Amino acid sequence: MTTALALPSTEEEIWRYSRINELDLSKFASGKLTTTVEGGEGVQLTGATATALVGAGMHVQPDVFAQLNTDTPDVIALQIGKNKVHSQTVVITHSVDKSGVVAYPRLVIYAAENSEIVVVERFTSADNVHSLVVPVVEVHAAQSARVTYLAINELGKNTWQIGHQVAVGERDSNVRLFTVALGGDYARMRAEVRLVGQGASAQQTALYFADGTQMHDFRTLQSHEAPRTHSDLLFKGAVKDTSKSVYTGLIKITENGTKTEAFQTNRTLTLSRGAWAESVPNLEIETNDVKCSHASTVGPIDDDQRFYLESRGVPPEIAERLVVFGFFDEVIDRLPQSEFLAGIRDKVIAKLGGTK
Amino acid sequence: MSTLEIRDLQVSVGGTQILNGITLTINSGEVHAVMGPNGAGKSTLSAAIMGKPGYEVVGGSVKLDGQDVLAMPTWQRAVAGLHLVMQYPTEVPGVKLSEVLSEALVARHATLPNLNKTINEEAARISFDSELVNRAVNVDFSGGEKKRNETLQLAVLKPKIAILDELDSGLDIDALRDCAKRVEDATNETGMGALVITHYSRLFEELKPDFVHILAKGRIVKSGGPELADELERDGYAAYATTAQ
Repeated sequence: MTTALALPSTEEEIWRYSRINELDLSKFASGKLTTTVEGGEGVQLTGATATALVGAGMHVQPDVFAQLNTDTPDVIALQIGKNKVHSQTVVITHSVDKSGVVAYPRLVIYAAENSEIVVVERFTSADNVHSLVVPVVEVHAAQSARVTYLAINELGKNTWQIGHQVAVGERDSNVRLFTVALGGDYARMRAEVRLVGQGASAQQTALYFADGTQMHDFRTLQSHEAPRTHSDLLFKGAVKDTSKSVYTGLIKITENGTKTEAFQTNRTLTLSRGAWAESVPNLEIETNDVKCSHASTVGPIDDDQRFYLESRGVPPEIAERLVVFGFFDEVIDRLPQSEFLAGIRDKVIAKLGGTK
Repeated sequence: MSTLEIRDLQVSVGGTQILNGITLTINSGEVHAVMGPNGAGKSTLSAAIMGKPGYEVVGGSVKLDGQDVLAMPTWQRAVAGLHLVMQYPTEVPGVKLSEVLSEALVARHATLPNLNKTINEEAARISFDSELVNRAVNVDFSGGEKKRNETLQLAVLKPKIAILDELDSGLDIDALRDCAKRVEDATNETGMGALVITHYSRLFEELKPDFVHILAKGRIVKSGGPELADELERDGYAAYATTAQ
């Protein structure tokens, strides 16, 4: 049973700023999500072949929650064959239907040499659902494979999420991991990319917007373990009311990672006086001859931008909306085209309008 | 016929009084130039009229057709018919000019049936690259593009009274001519009144002032006709910088 496990605490650096101390796992019983998969024909594995794929992208368990997921996963496995392009976007929708449940969805994406796949995974629940989702997604991109993954958190305001995204990129592969986080009470995502083959590249992009008493917590890793690898991370978010966000990111370049380029940008808008955001970028570089940069900002909407728009006759609430959408513009531009983008836009507008 | 009436306007910035009582009346179709040396309070005057945060009005009044401008938030001042052309137009990442103009017109309850057509026509009139209309406002614009953009907004929004804060700064000769001529045309075509704040008189080749006021140390120390600008061009501000105290 889960009750015997020792949970981490905020004493540990990786859990610093988190709300992990509030978690009592014994309050939750293992349960299932309601899950649908569309567009998976030809790539979705079933039964033992699906279970066998677990671990394809995550060789070590980064923490107790990943371990719990690995012990009792609800597996969805997608495998795309060599040189194949899966033209349809695979859309996975999870719904948490009742309170008191902890669920361990596991998504494994294995893209064989020179293949291509796009996957969207949505997490939803009603506002009155007090449950915990511990999702893990593993991506393995073989040589020259191209994988795009978009996670959309539209959980209700009493549902917790403690999640992992782990991707491994082999030679000349490209992995794009996107996260849109709008929901949840405490919603954490550890997003880690390991570039292990020469010329592998990855983009990590997130849009997050917390209001009310929500907290969004991101830990990212860009690990360059081979020469000429390239990573670009852009996380932009907003916090409103008394919500919080944390971003802690590490660019790690091992001694094998010569001629690597790695970029990391995190920017958070604080839209209310009571809102709080923290941004902690880190670099760990063990070789020379690399190009690396990181930037982070936390702050309110620029007064001059607001005044500029208002001096044209734009009312304050519209000016704020324009500036916030302008702020998110470069992130939205990078998101893969999907039918869910319009809904995301509406939710951001609703959050700006104060309809908590 | 509209009137902007500034009476004994006193403004402080950060606890220091910058304007010590400005009185000016601008009617439709009139061009009033306010000229002065650096530090005279020229930009403070434009910022205070538009209600920029940090500019505290400590005395006097500003009225547009009898309405108390100082009681309005900034956006309502614009909707009421004032328009500020900024000396250093702000970059607004991710926000397109077309969005700004569209929202500005909605706030005025004045929807243009074909806004894009109007924008394109006005852009052509001042040699503004209309591609820039769909880029983020002022982001990576050259100095000339920024001022053409400001002028384009003025042309589309058709204010009653425009306040131009150093329209000529950072402008090459072609852009200056295009922008100044468009403002001059607006005073003739739609009867726009203009308060033109400037350090130099080169703007007046296309935009002809009816009145020239010299601002020094927070006060208007002399008013006259266009000949006053010629005098300043010839003699500089030295005389006013010393006598204004």
